[in-house]
Amino acid sequence: MIGTDLTVILPELVLALYAMAALLWGAFRGKDAEAPLLFWLTPLVMAGLGLWIALEPQATASAFHGGFVSDTFARFSKVVVLFSAAVVLLMSADYLKRNKLLQFEFPILIALSVTGMMMMISAGDLMSLYMGLELQSLALYVIAAFRRDSARSTEAGLKYFVLGALSSGILLYGASLIYGYAGTTSFAGILAAAKGEAHLSLGLLIGLVFMIVGMAFKVSSVPFHMWTPDVYEGSPTPVTAFFATAPKVAAMAMIARLLFDAFGTATGDWTQIIALLSFLSMVLGAFAGIGQKDIKRLMAYSSIGHMGYAFLGLTAGTAAGVQATLIYMVVYVTMNVGVFAFILNMERDGQPVTEISALNMYSEVEPLRAAALMVLMFSLAGVPPLVGFFAKLFVIQAALNAGWVWLSVAAMLASVVAAYYYLRIIYLMYFGEKQAPLDGSMPAIHWAALMVAAFFMLAGVVSMFGVDTWAGAAAASLLN
Amino acid sequence: METVILFGPLLGALIAGFGHRLLGERLAITLATLLLFLSAALSWWVFLTFDGQTQHIPIMRWIESGSLSVDWSIRLDRLTAIMLVVVTTVSSLVHLYSVGYMKDDPQFPKGESYTPRFFAYLGFFTFAMLALVTSDNLLQMYFGWEGVGVASYLLIGFYYRKPSANAAAIKAFVVNRVGDFGFAIGIFALFYLVDGINFSDVFAAGPKLAETQFHFLWMDVNAVEMVTFFLFIGAMGKSAQLFLHTWLPDAMEGPTPVSALIHAATMVTAGVFLVSRMSPLFEFAPGTLAFVTVIGATTAFIAASIGLVQNDIKRVIAYSTMSQLGYMFAAAGVGVYQAAMFHLFTHAFFKAMLFLGAGSVITAMHHEQDMRAYGNLRKKIPITFWAMIIGTLAITGVGIPTSLMKFGDIPIGFAGFLSKDSIIESTYAAGTGVGQYAWVMLVLAAAMTAFYSWRLIFMTFYGPEKGDKHAHEHAHESGWVMTVPLIVLAIGATLAGMLWYGDFVGAGSQAFFGNSVFTGAENEVLHRAHHVPELIASAPFFAMLVGFVLAWIFYIRAPKIPAALAGQFNVLYRLLLNKYYFDEIYDFVFTQNAKRLGHFLWKRGDGSVIDGTINGVALGLVPRVTRLAHRLQSGYVYHYALATVLGLVGLLTWMSISAGAN
Repeated sequence: MIGTDLTVILPELVLALYAMAALLWGAFRGKDAEAPLLFWLTPLVMAGLGLWIALEPQATASAFHGGFVSDTFARFSKVVVLFSAAVVLLMSADYLKRNKLLQFEFPILIALSVTGMMMMISAGDLMSLYMGLELQSLALYVIAAFRRDSARSTEAGLKYFVLGALSSGILLYGASLIYGYAGTTSFAGILAAAKGEAHLSLGLLIGLVFMIVGMAFKVSSVPFHMWTPDVYEGSPTPVTAFFATAPKVAAMAMIARLLFDAFGTATGDWTQIIALLSFLSMVLGAFAGIGQKDIKRLMAYSSIGHMGYAFLGLTAGTAAGVQATLIYMVVYVTMNVGVFAFILNMERDGQPVTEISALNMYSEVEPLRAAALMVLMFSLAGVPPLVGFFAKLFVIQAALNAGWVWLSVAAMLASVVAAYYYLRIIYLMYFGEKQAPLDGSMPAIHWAALMVAAFFMLAGVVSMFGVDTWAGAAAASLLN
Repeated sequence: METVILFGPLLGALIAGFGHRLLGERLAITLATLLLFLSAALSWWVFLTFDGQTQHIPIMRWIESGSLSVDWSIRLDRLTAIMLVVVTTVSSLVHLYSVGYMKDDPQFPKGESYTPRFFAYLGFFTFAMLALVTSDNLLQMYFGWEGVGVASYLLIGFYYRKPSANAAAIKAFVVNRVGDFGFAIGIFALFYLVDGINFSDVFAAGPKLAETQFHFLWMDVNAVEMVTFFLFIGAMGKSAQLFLHTWLPDAMEGPTPVSALIHAATMVTAGVFLVSRMSPLFEFAPGTLAFVTVIGATTAFIAASIGLVQNDIKRVIAYSTMSQLGYMFAAAGVGVYQAAMFHLFTHAFFKAMLFLGAGSVITAMHHEQDMRAYGNLRKKIPITFWAMIIGTLAITGVGIPTSLMKFGDIPIGFAGFLSKDSIIESTYAAGTGVGQYAWVMLVLAAAMTAFYSWRLIFMTFYGPEKGDKHAHEHAHESGWVMTVPLIVLAIGATLAGMLWYGDFVGAGSQAFFGNSVFTGAENEVLHRAHHVPELIASAPFFAMLVGFVLAWIFYIRAPKIPAALAGQFNVLYRLLLNKYYFDEIYDFVFTQNAKRLGHFLWKRGDGSVIDGTINGVALGLVPRVTRLAHRLQSGYVYHYALATVLGLVGLLTWMSISAGAN
């Protein structure tokens, strides 16, 4: 019995063992001298696991009495998490080295955090869910404060930790309420306790609200988003890039799994909450992004807004909605990887620069990079025919088909407002004022990430490279 | 071959417009002109060898949508053949003439390249006009119809530095839109009724439509009457008939070759062509035909009366054109489309020549257009003088009255004599009240035509030299590129009438036109026109004599009379000089009100409501919300925690209440 359980969690197991082994190796060998090796090896391991998961036979399996589920949905999300984490980690090395932060713990923390994310994605029980979540969060708290000599970074880490602890507490309280009313922590058991009725009992409902609040914090959904801008701005840029990508996917997948697996019969109850969070996130992400002077802060609001759109797909409560959300997350992650590949190299005289105004007339300095960033910005804004537009189109379509007319209209209007700050960057790059140009060179990995992301935004009109069909299969497996 | 005729001018336009940098101006222009001459030669070949069988030459599938199926194809029948000859001949001569006329235009600063643009427009116009006349369906015709409108707009406003030219171009376009709207409604109605807009379908449906009632607005109307009425509205706009004519005199702001090509010989005759082309429908619409006759005859009269007192040489000819177009419509209105087409054909020659002659005079006189500054030019520009004389003889209708002498079946006289007389006889022969009215109007108009035409000749070429002495001293004949077209057209103006009288309106008419023009079973007007009383038939001739003699007395014998008359009949004089105040009335009724409405929508509708809303949101609401969001982001971790808790409490409250409601 334990043998089959272990085969199901084999990828997680491998990654966890690798992280521990790497920690020992680093501690007993050359410490930070081993960092370059680990910065290469860890992404390699994660990408290898990603490939393995993507290519392994497509069968739904569960382990530990349903506490851990491996289905197409989980595989899809894990592949996205693993690859985005690998790419971000690859890009981090160069930046950290330039800023004398190349420490061997960084890749290990990331690996542990990714292990936690994989647990979250596959969780089939409140216990395993919480375990994964905490593993992920603890690693993230540390890397947010990774630059120990910087007050801002430390502040970011502390803020994230305090608020994260609060949200964890709320989540845990919700979990215990649900356990109290359902008598079980497994998702299947909770679903059975709801007796297939369209509305949850008050106890379960309140427990669910607590849990949603706790998880909404992780995807920085309004009004639980407050930490995001400060942490994004204060953390070292590679950390921000990481925050903006893999954890968002994992948390979104965890929310979807909990809502559909444990409360799938009462969609009418929780879609209202998700709709409200979605609406608030879209609107605040659009409005508050205006007037930002720091590009990392801007990306924080951008991600808040984008999480609103991803929620829009869940609001539909249908397979089409989940599929749209998954596609949205993939597109969002791709765009963010590209944009952060660019931000990581915003430098003047060797100093990292994050002011948006530094991009003035950038098109004259580096026309190709500026063009790639322009494509990404247009895509973030949702301008057709780029993929960002189709991603928005799918979620709005799903919501509309589920009868969320006002929310769909609000989504479109919010995207109009948000377009302002994306277009402003393009405006500055092409029509801004002359000033001392940015002079950072760009390592090949970053250049490739930027260009490939921009290329996908353009090429997606022709083909989504199978992402859409795979997302469809994943959504179908979740709703079973 | 027909394809070459149609697309040759387009190719020329493209070469002139886009190739002149590559080829050089000179070569590009020459190529465009040569292509036009090729087109003209082929047109004459088609015209002379045409066997009377209607041909359809498909070029491409154009539109396929539901039951609407439209090909781009050429319909070659007699009407098309006539128009091909008219359009390409005049156009090629105008191209040649323009090579000289457009050189060193004072409207453009030295070194600015403008001639290739001019030739590109001319070529484009010719292509659009050919597309119009060769069309096999109403949509293609509408394409050509709008194409010539655009070309006309571009060419009237060619001197774009002159505000008056721009205004005239816009006016021409806007007034034409009114007519085009009617045309479009006609096409829509036909499609609705017949479910097809190919000519063959439409024509076949004529008898059926005559018995169909159609509910339009608040009344039941006969389908064919309504359709033809709206088609005629379109024709009125393009052909500058009364009420939609105000654009034509202003269009003289364009370069003179443009006036000759577009506003005399070709585009303005498109309306006449349309009515003739649609004769299988018009023949079933007696009401519309009566309306056509009245409008045509009235236009002929009114335009001629305005022409009596104008002083700008081009405006005189412009009103003359409008008046002659009225003749054509009067003929079409009484069902003698053959006479209308005949006059269209001959008019193209002598009117184009009069314009080109006027252009020659204007060039000689350093771009002075006021006839009061001319005088005694016949010795200085002899070729122009003789050409203008021939043109005047043709337009006034000089010939030997049929009662006195005939050459076989054919009367002897200049082109205009034969075609105009057959129109006037036809209106009388129609034997209806409307026909009588038209006859009176047209005879009076003939007298006035003679008067203003000779007045132009006398003021320009006779009498003492007036105006700028310097200009008179330097007046000289233009080069061969400008005189050759004059001579060719002069030959046409002299002989075209006699050569083709038999074919157009004489004994051979039936065989000549074949089934390209439809005449109803009881329509024998053309036949009866040959047998009107001699006195009636000679009336236009005597009217012409009266006009000529009066002009001679007024402007040669006793030049004081016009001023005295103008003083004595001041009201009438001012009425004519101000063109019956059409422009002023339109300005008061339409332009001012439209402007007021536009101003209201601009200031209130667009400015206050739309801009106001958007500005309010973008500059008022958005920054306020943004500031609020920024203020919430205080940086204090307890604020953040509070927000989280408040959010949780809010959600809990909401869910508890809504769950309680369930």
